[in-house]
Amino acid sequence: MSAATPEGWVAGARSTTATSGVAENAFFEYLLRLADDRLVLGHRLSEWCGHGPILEEDIALANIALDLIGQASMLLKLAGEVEGKGRTEDTLAYFRDTVEFRNVQLVEMPNGDFAATIVRQFLFDAWDVLVLEKLLGAKHESLAGIAAKAHKEAKYHLRHSAEWVRMLGDGTAESHARAQRALDELWPYSTELFLTDDTDRAAVAAGNGVDVEPLRGPWRQTMDRVFAEATLTVPKDGFTPRGGRTGRHTEHLGRMLADMQSLARAHPGASW
Amino acid sequence: MDQKMSAAAGADDAARVAEFEARIARGESIEPKDWMPDRYRRQLTRMMSQHAHSEIVGMLPEGNWITRAPSLRRKMVLLAKVQDEAGHGLYIYCGTETLGVGREELVDQLLTGKAKYSSIFNYPTLTWADIGVIGWFVDGAAIVNQTMLAKASFGPYARAMVRICKEENFHKKQGYESVATLAAGTPEQKAMVQDAVNRWWWPSLMMFGPSDKDSPNSAELMRWRVKRDTNDTLRQRFVDLTVPQARAVGLTLPDPDLKYNEETSHWEFGEIDWKEFQEVISGNGPCNRERLAARRKAHDEGAWVREAAEAYAAKRQAVDAA
Amino acid sequence: MSDQTTTATPPNAAETQWDLWEVFTQEGEGAPHEHAGSVHATTAEHAMQNARDVYARRGKVVSLWVVPMASIVASAPSDAGPLFDPGNDKAYRHPQFYKTPRGVRGL
Repeated sequence: MSAATPEGWVAGARSTTATSGVAENAFFEYLLRLADDRLVLGHRLSEWCGHGPILEEDIALANIALDLIGQASMLLKLAGEVEGKGRTEDTLAYFRDTVEFRNVQLVEMPNGDFAATIVRQFLFDAWDVLVLEKLLGAKHESLAGIAAKAHKEAKYHLRHSAEWVRMLGDGTAESHARAQRALDELWPYSTELFLTDDTDRAAVAAGNGVDVEPLRGPWRQTMDRVFAEATLTVPKDGFTPRGGRTGRHTEHLGRMLADMQSLARAHPGASW
Repeated sequence: MDQKMSAAAGADDAARVAEFEARIARGESIEPKDWMPDRYRRQLTRMMSQHAHSEIVGMLPEGNWITRAPSLRRKMVLLAKVQDEAGHGLYIYCGTETLGVGREELVDQLLTGKAKYSSIFNYPTLTWADIGVIGWFVDGAAIVNQTMLAKASFGPYARAMVRICKEENFHKKQGYESVATLAAGTPEQKAMVQDAVNRWWWPSLMMFGPSDKDSPNSAELMRWRVKRDTNDTLRQRFVDLTVPQARAVGLTLPDPDLKYNEETSHWEFGEIDWKEFQEVISGNGPCNRERLAARRKAHDEGAWVREAAEAYAAKRQAVDAA
Repeated sequence: MSDQTTTATPPNAAETQWDLWEVFTQEGEGAPHEHAGSVHATTAEHAMQNARDVYARRGKVVSLWVVPMASIVASAPSDAGPLFDPGNDKAYRHPQFYKTPRGVRGL
């Protein structure tokens, strides 16, 4: 549970391809992507605690946040071991700068209203279930183990967010308007979920990654089906923001991390 | 009703009250559908709703530090604890509903300032150390109170308390563990936790309520087995438990009059500032306004969500019925 | 004179806190479903999810039932006597009433 930084390691050191093995580094980078998606999204959900629209949802959102942060913690721990420089899940979570985070931009979007939170969650959950299903067969045992637990949780998350998309889309005129507005604003950020680059390809080649392009079809089917049930209109594809996977984030992430990391960074080396 | 009839009715009532109190004296559980004196129903509703409100408002001071928790483990532990508190409020509100009061009405009483909740949650959490100290002191005090309530005469309340006590186990432990870690940590951490202790000790003692001589309800509540021990007894129990715990981690309590009495085997402590307590419970504590404003905001901004779910369900029912 | 049975009475007041559902949990294979408490929800699916979040997140639960509160038919307390007569005077319901030869197996 210690967040102690190892001797000689400077807070904020960037990982480079020059000093470590390319394969290990690609796997390390890939794990960061999986982990950061969950850490950032879990953190966002935790911001709702005590402020939800009804007691039952305070509990539900906290459950999902706990699942995601738990998954992130396991993945960051594994990433640190793969990197081999002594970084723990805490040093990775609390002492990396914005440009070193590897989450997609979708998950760092602010919570907005409940509709925005639910739509953001739904877009992610439907993708997450598909990705984790593939990771069940990962060559690396620890990763496969994490995926097994996470997959069960993701199926539940999807059930929750899909049901809320339906309730809001086909609820009142106000909830429908809010849900449609959220969908219009967040839809462009879903494209990034299906982009691949060399890091992904290296992980796939090693049997530890998922080729996300073919997942677009089944994901889109879920989208179409649930949005139709919710009487919501799927926006046209157009603007396609990207860059989170290589550290090019929106300004939202920096502010979120300033909050999240402030205390840990104020006491570097301390145990909590 | 003419005099004869009302006299007869009065005699009936007296007989029913006597039988009711005999049931309680026999250790029986009173269930929602059983006959009960109006006053019992009202007292239970008041006690339970106050308790539930406390759980909900209590989410706020601790929730204040979830996003800044300094390690992933602490983040998850705190989030789980606050989530439990929501759950506890929910269990108790459901218990109150068995007495015929809807949750909406109770929420309304809280948000309009008509209902009370535990004074302790009107204090701000200024540092991370406050979180550990709250788990140690506030949950510690709650446990002293709740263990007694698990045997309360009203079935739904007692059952909610049993469930809560089971879940409460980790709350105090994780708080004390955090305090111990800080006390053994860097000089800044040690100073942080000692400062938190200095701010939370007296308000925690006030949680047990006024001194017995100033508690008019106590005797009746004890006869009805919704209160088993007096405020002063419970407060003393808490002090006796906690002083050694503070010493074990090298922390001092902000009371120069704290002294062990060999004869009584109790820790004697100084005078509580009851003026402060009165101010806080009448709405003038440091955070009363903020707490209620936060709950009001959540409630108001959540209205469209709650309505949407209702509307959706109504449409589904119409479809199913067709 | 009260009815023999009553449907559970829902609370009054304009409710935007959703309908009440009673929750029953089964903790382990073969165990009976026990009343755990209640949740507020709108549809059955919604109630199931809420019940799982509130009553089953500590993982010991293997099965959940949710029932709209209005669907529960409860005995009235005044029935407790006749409905639940302990039957101590109905000895023929208890195995000890019957004398059987010793040593005969399978009884």
